[in-house]
Amino acid sequence: MAEIHLNGLIASPGLAIGPVTMLTTTVARRTASDNPTQEATALRVAIESARTEIAEQIKTSRGEVADILEFQVAMLEDDALADPAYGVISQGVAADHAWRLALNVEIDGYRAAEDEYFRARAADIVDIRDRVLAHLSGVDTVARIAGGSIVTADDITPSAFLAADWSQGGAIALAAGSPSSHAAMLARGRGTPMVVGLGPLSWSGQPPSLALVDGDAGTVIFDPEPETRRLFELRMAAANAARIAADAGRFAPACTADGRRIAVLLNIAGPDDLAGLDPAICDGIGLVRTEFLFEVSQGLPEEDAQYAVYRRILDWTQGKPVTIRTLDAGGDKPIAGLTTDSERNPFLGLRGIRLSLARPEVFRVQLRALCRAAAHGTLKVMLPMIAVPSELERAGDMLDAEFAALRTQGIACARPPLGIMVEVPAAALCAEDFGAAFYSIGSNDLTQYTMAAGRDIGAVADLNDTANAAVLALIARTVEVGRKRGVEVSLCGDAAADTRLTTALLATGLTTFSVSPIAVARLKAAVAGVTT
Amino acid sequence: MHDGNVTRAAQTFVPLTASAVLVNKVGLHARPSVKLTQCAKGFAAKIELALAAGGPWTDAKSPVKVMRVKAPQGATLHFRVTGSDAKAALAAVLALVHDGFGEA
Repeated sequence: MAEIHLNGLIASPGLAIGPVTMLTTTVARRTASDNPTQEATALRVAIESARTEIAEQIKTSRGEVADILEFQVAMLEDDALADPAYGVISQGVAADHAWRLALNVEIDGYRAAEDEYFRARAADIVDIRDRVLAHLSGVDTVARIAGGSIVTADDITPSAFLAADWSQGGAIALAAGSPSSHAAMLARGRGTPMVVGLGPLSWSGQPPSLALVDGDAGTVIFDPEPETRRLFELRMAAANAARIAADAGRFAPACTADGRRIAVLLNIAGPDDLAGLDPAICDGIGLVRTEFLFEVSQGLPEEDAQYAVYRRILDWTQGKPVTIRTLDAGGDKPIAGLTTDSERNPFLGLRGIRLSLARPEVFRVQLRALCRAAAHGTLKVMLPMIAVPSELERAGDMLDAEFAALRTQGIACARPPLGIMVEVPAAALCAEDFGAAFYSIGSNDLTQYTMAAGRDIGAVADLNDTANAAVLALIARTVEVGRKRGVEVSLCGDAAADTRLTTALLATGLTTFSVSPIAVARLKAAVAGVTT
Repeated sequence: MHDGNVTRAAQTFVPLTASAVLVNKVGLHARPSVKLTQCAKGFAAKIELALAAGGPWTDAKSPVKVMRVKAPQGATLHFRVTGSDAKAALAAVLALVHDGFGEA
């Protein structure tokens, strides 16, 4: 049998070889009653069961997976989704048929969308449709996929992807599908090669037994000739070797071409960002944003909940330093029940440390949780949006008071060093006036406040330039003050990960950068190319 | 705030309107729709959105309906908000859009 070459679109890079598994749709049978009230109840129960089932899955998921599932829950909770189905049921149509009709209209609406991204949502609605149908008929319709296989189908739902074991390798080859689908997003996250848009997969006679998926080129070869397979396996071996080399580079400390050691720290929004990461890739954590705690709790998080999260992060670094930023709400980060919403220009309003000092009852809880966590690792605490020394002093007094209170109560605690973010030009210009234990430059806000230009405003976005001499001068000034005072200066804004700026930033004298985990390898490679 | 008849009070509220450009990468897609509707549900006010100043208006508390709008990046989202907490609600949804829903 001749090998079959198909060209498609890259949805997730990488190479894979394996046996072909065809995903086929199983149609579950269901005996409907002829009572519209019973049918409506059956649908309501099925939707609720599907919703509960996904909500359970969310508890054990994180990051993108949780986001995708939360979207499905939000859709299922919305009566607007099922309303047309209930309408048809009241006219005597069976629940499963009514649901399928209603959801197919929705799915067709997405398939007809002009925007590629919205077209890709069709697979999510198919997922929702089939999950509810499975509950209506009491049959598990999510196909199980054997590990290591090349899954071929028209399209694949997020549920089908999540139900499979990708740890043994494997890949996805789709006749339709989209690089913007949630399954593609998941595949990229897992490093599973995926090619979509191959066109109709029709076989004359036996379906193929083996496939080669080239997620770098967007091609799939079914039933390869021995020579094709041998060449492909050589490429896979070379790609593996290259990846191992790049990964090894991630673990090496960052050094400039002339041997200056640069510390690379991580920016994270919470402990979930550390999943699957090896602490060896970094010199510590330079920024933990704590806003997520306040978003998740749908209110103000309790001390114990905060403490548990801070502990998890400290435990992960195994002794390396962790810098946690106190709540930086306000500005572009509103939090219900905490931030005010009546400001005409929230970036110049009650945000960051200003808000924390205005709401001491909330701030104290966070300071207590931080003191308790500080007993279990190298913890530093950083205050956002500092403009004048008295803000640092007032926060320091509050930290001292909470530390003393905990000690009196006999609770394990330590007083973490207190540093400031340098993001208001006033703080950079008078950095020496602050008794800070360290400085961390927030380049995003420092740039927008120095240049008086927001990066989300297209018409002035070109002014929002961290490489501008004025911004670099403020950074250099802060670095110099840190050197004189003998305290660390780091940079934790987006500029740290922008490798076009690495040379200019190193020239200011900075030796510590904090970036998101994904940027670590890139930054280390860029640093290695610079002579200071 | 008021002890008076809520229904009658609601009828006297003048709708507040404002617009904002969608800056996040793929428009008002799955995650932003969820965030927007969750935010909107936190307010008593009636919150609607549209792609044109004259409507048609969509209930901003329904993710299914918001997704049907299929608003792409660069589109201008118009909001129309009516109710006792309309001002706060409008500020909150505008902040979300301005921030690109917290996405890069």
